[in-house]
Amino acid sequence: MKRAVFLAPLGLLLLLLLAFAMGLGRDPKELPSALVGQPLPAFALDALEPGSAPLASAALAKDGEPKLINVFASWCTSCRAEHGKLVQLAAEGVPIYGIDWKDEPAAGRAYLAERSNPFRAVGSDPSGRAGVELGVTGTPETFLIDGKGVVRMRHAGPIDEQVWQTKLGPMLEQLRAEARA
Amino acid sequence: MGAEIGHFALILALLLAIAQAGFGALGHRRLDPALMAAANVSAIAQAGFVALAFGLLMQAFAVHDFSVALVASHSHSLQPFAYRLAATWGNHEGSMLLWVLILSGFSAMVAAGGKTMRPGFHSLVVAVLGLLAIAFLAFLLFTSNPFARLFPAPLEGSELNPLLQDPGLVFHPPLLYVGYVGFSVAFAFATAALIEGRVDAAWARWVRPWILAAWVALTLGITLGSFWAYYELGWGGWWFWDPVENAALLPWLLGTALLHSALVLEKRGALISWTILLAILTFSMSMVGTFLVRSGVLTSVHAFAVDPERGIFILMLIAVSTGGALALFGWRAPTMRSGAMFSAISRESALTLNNLFLMAATLVVFLGTFWPLVIDLVTGNKISVGPPYYNRIFAPMMIPFLALVPFGPMLRWKSDEWRAVASRLKAPLLLAGLVLLAAAAASFATFGWRGLGAALGFALAVWLVAGSFALLLRRWRSESGLSARLVRTTPLSTWGMVAGHAGIGVMVAGITAMAVFATSEVVALAPGENASISGRTVTLQSAGVVQGPNYQALQARFLIEHNGKPRTLVSERRLYPASGNTTTEAGIAASISGITYIAIGDETNGRLAVHLYRHPLVGWIWVGALIVAFGGALALADRRFRAGLPAISAAPRVALPA
Amino acid sequence: MKHRLVFAALLLATAAGAVEPGEQLADPALETRARAISTELRCVQCQNQTIDESNAPLARDLRVIVRERLLAGDSDEEVVAFVQARYGDFVLLKPPFSAETAILWIGPFAVLALAGYWLARRPRSAAAAEPQPLTAEDEAQVDAALGHVRKD
Repeated sequence: MKRAVFLAPLGLLLLLLLAFAMGLGRDPKELPSALVGQPLPAFALDALEPGSAPLASAALAKDGEPKLINVFASWCTSCRAEHGKLVQLAAEGVPIYGIDWKDEPAAGRAYLAERSNPFRAVGSDPSGRAGVELGVTGTPETFLIDGKGVVRMRHAGPIDEQVWQTKLGPMLEQLRAEARA
Repeated sequence: MGAEIGHFALILALLLAIAQAGFGALGHRRLDPALMAAANVSAIAQAGFVALAFGLLMQAFAVHDFSVALVASHSHSLQPFAYRLAATWGNHEGSMLLWVLILSGFSAMVAAGGKTMRPGFHSLVVAVLGLLAIAFLAFLLFTSNPFARLFPAPLEGSELNPLLQDPGLVFHPPLLYVGYVGFSVAFAFATAALIEGRVDAAWARWVRPWILAAWVALTLGITLGSFWAYYELGWGGWWFWDPVENAALLPWLLGTALLHSALVLEKRGALISWTILLAILTFSMSMVGTFLVRSGVLTSVHAFAVDPERGIFILMLIAVSTGGALALFGWRAPTMRSGAMFSAISRESALTLNNLFLMAATLVVFLGTFWPLVIDLVTGNKISVGPPYYNRIFAPMMIPFLALVPFGPMLRWKSDEWRAVASRLKAPLLLAGLVLLAAAAASFATFGWRGLGAALGFALAVWLVAGSFALLLRRWRSESGLSARLVRTTPLSTWGMVAGHAGIGVMVAGITAMAVFATSEVVALAPGENASISGRTVTLQSAGVVQGPNYQALQARFLIEHNGKPRTLVSERRLYPASGNTTTEAGIAASISGITYIAIGDETNGRLAVHLYRHPLVGWIWVGALIVAFGGALALADRRFRAGLPAISAAPRVALPA
Repeated sequence: MKHRLVFAALLLATAAGAVEPGEQLADPALETRARAISTELRCVQCQNQTIDESNAPLARDLRVIVRERLLAGDSDEEVVAFVQARYGDFVLLKPPFSAETAILWIGPFAVLALAGYWLARRPRSAAAAEPQPLTAEDEAQVDAALGHVRKD
């Protein structure tokens, strides 16, 4: 008993070191979304292209189709890196909607005009208020919405092949299966 | 060539550290003076080679040797000379070299001194320090070589982070590291004592100066860091409870506990295993602090190169050193002599209580820093622990603790009477009580409950200062009034203790004033316009761009008028074109009553965003901390202390409470 | 994660006093409440700062939102809940009390109480507190040490 008391510090140290070792590889800045499992919060954004249909959460939630909502900005370099992947996914039939976050609409339009536009519709959020509703912490950020309009997953950072294959792709398949059932 | 010689010197130092550990261990076993001397010589030579390496790295910085990768990435040819030199430790590799240099320095001092110590034990301490040196030199050489070359050498280096181009960088890291690393000596003493299975008053006598030296340096380092953050970050705060600050506070709290428990061990032979454990934990916490800053495990405002690989190395290093020491502790400590008994009302009890509170405070900071990590790993949830948490938990713990401080030195060893102690402290108690009532009456009407909090804080401050000095007065009083002879013969260590405790009182006054009475305003001013803060009129006189050696600055001049007395103040925002970074150089007008602090922001429509702060008594926080450190230095200067004399005095002088 | 790192670098550089003049509310009482709330909310875009201190664009947005909610008549708790609902517990610098965080709030006091209890009931006897006699080795040491001092 007495010895156990004297060995306790060693045990605590080993636990602490274990925690540190597990914590080493991870990114302390990566945050879970408070929205996962919640219905898509309400927002209604003007279309980035004047004359196009606006982007409203109510409409996005209604059509029964699982989809991606991608938050991007023309000033964001990582968004450029993931753009090709988005275009490829759109070509494969993945429905992607865009939110041009904290950006001059003109700059956002120019950004999309220079590249092909992977988005079914793009809302302009120059004040970033829709982003706040979504709990956006930076660009790019992508949300997966199921057929009932519930946020099921969030990915912060650019989407690349690996992220798609291991994280977002399988989830989209699952949501599509749920929507069919 | 210099870099290669430096690298080679480090390799030699590593070999010498191996020799130091080997000879030391053998010397301990065989009690062979030749082997012991060899260990000592190895330690001293090792320090010499590390110093050579450090000097060569400094020289590479001084002469812009951009072929050394470290220089190229942390020095720009326009960087002023002092900051080129200080850049030596303004980065990961260089700061680790500084760490190793200080470790070797302490190791050499222990090797060279210690004439009064039992030779076998001394040799064992030197051996343990050698083991630590091996670990850190290996870390340096294998993961963080400061002398790596760059080929081809760039023509220009990239600038040291401008936030670091400040006099703070010249003194803050070295002092902090002397503190962190200084505790390695206590660690080595504790480990050696466990190996020998013997701890006594002499052990405590030998180790206390080392603890005290490290503690003084750490106190100064933290104080300087706090002041640096205050004027450089531009938010006008003196403590942010940032993980990296906590990493320095943890060994400080433990070191403070150690300082007091070692006193009990020295004077009374009690708290033996506890003191050993504290000595191990204090240095371990210093290492955890190093790990924390460099591993990227926690998020902090402190920018440090983050590298998980180094993190793993440091983790292994902690696992082996601390783990080894704690395993020894678990094995040996239960069989060691348990200490002398003492009554509930005694100096020993007071010091034990001190340790208890400091451990609880350590736990607050430790949990606040690391518990979010544990929750994240176990549940995946992210939580934050910030100032609102610490303010609610740390302060309520500190107030009763500090209120007990003046009782400690007034208590007799072994056993005392409550009533007698209270009567010795009658005057300070009365004074603090009066302050409490007067301040409460004065401030409740204006500030409500916050005013009561302030009254409590100021009364606590008065109590700490008066209670500490009461000890001196008591000591000096003889039958015929104050005795000049008694004043003269007051030992420096007593002066040191009084200063240490009174300094805390000065800090409490500053912290209280900051917490309750600090005010701030944000205004937009055009030149010629004014705003007011705490009865002071602040006029923006002019704003314009000025050119510094390696930066351009938006400089604003302010006129502050208070009670008809004008004072000017300059506040800057600097742009460092080499790196594109900007910094804030807040303007500070300081007096004994507080600091008027002005930071400038962006200009819109010809108006400058101006952040005005009035921080009453804020300077007392740092001055108080300096007094605390000065007290430690006084005690360190005490001749009885340096003599390394075993604490077994023939005739106890019962009459004197000190 | 690159974009986040870039943000971080920018932030650190321009950390100077974050609240801008235009953001402030005309009503001093509301503004004081807004400042107090802001110092309890963590900026999600930064390293480790409150939204009151941070110059990050998102911190600014949140400061504005805090003030809008206050103007709309929300209580302090409602404002905090509004932000918490969108960004999670992470934004609360004062962690909410729960099974997970109980140790933070109770742990230190529990240790203090337990150790205090142990200290109060440990065996104590003035009679037992006599110093132990010196061993021969101790005596030798005292002699050696005293000799050393005399040489000084």
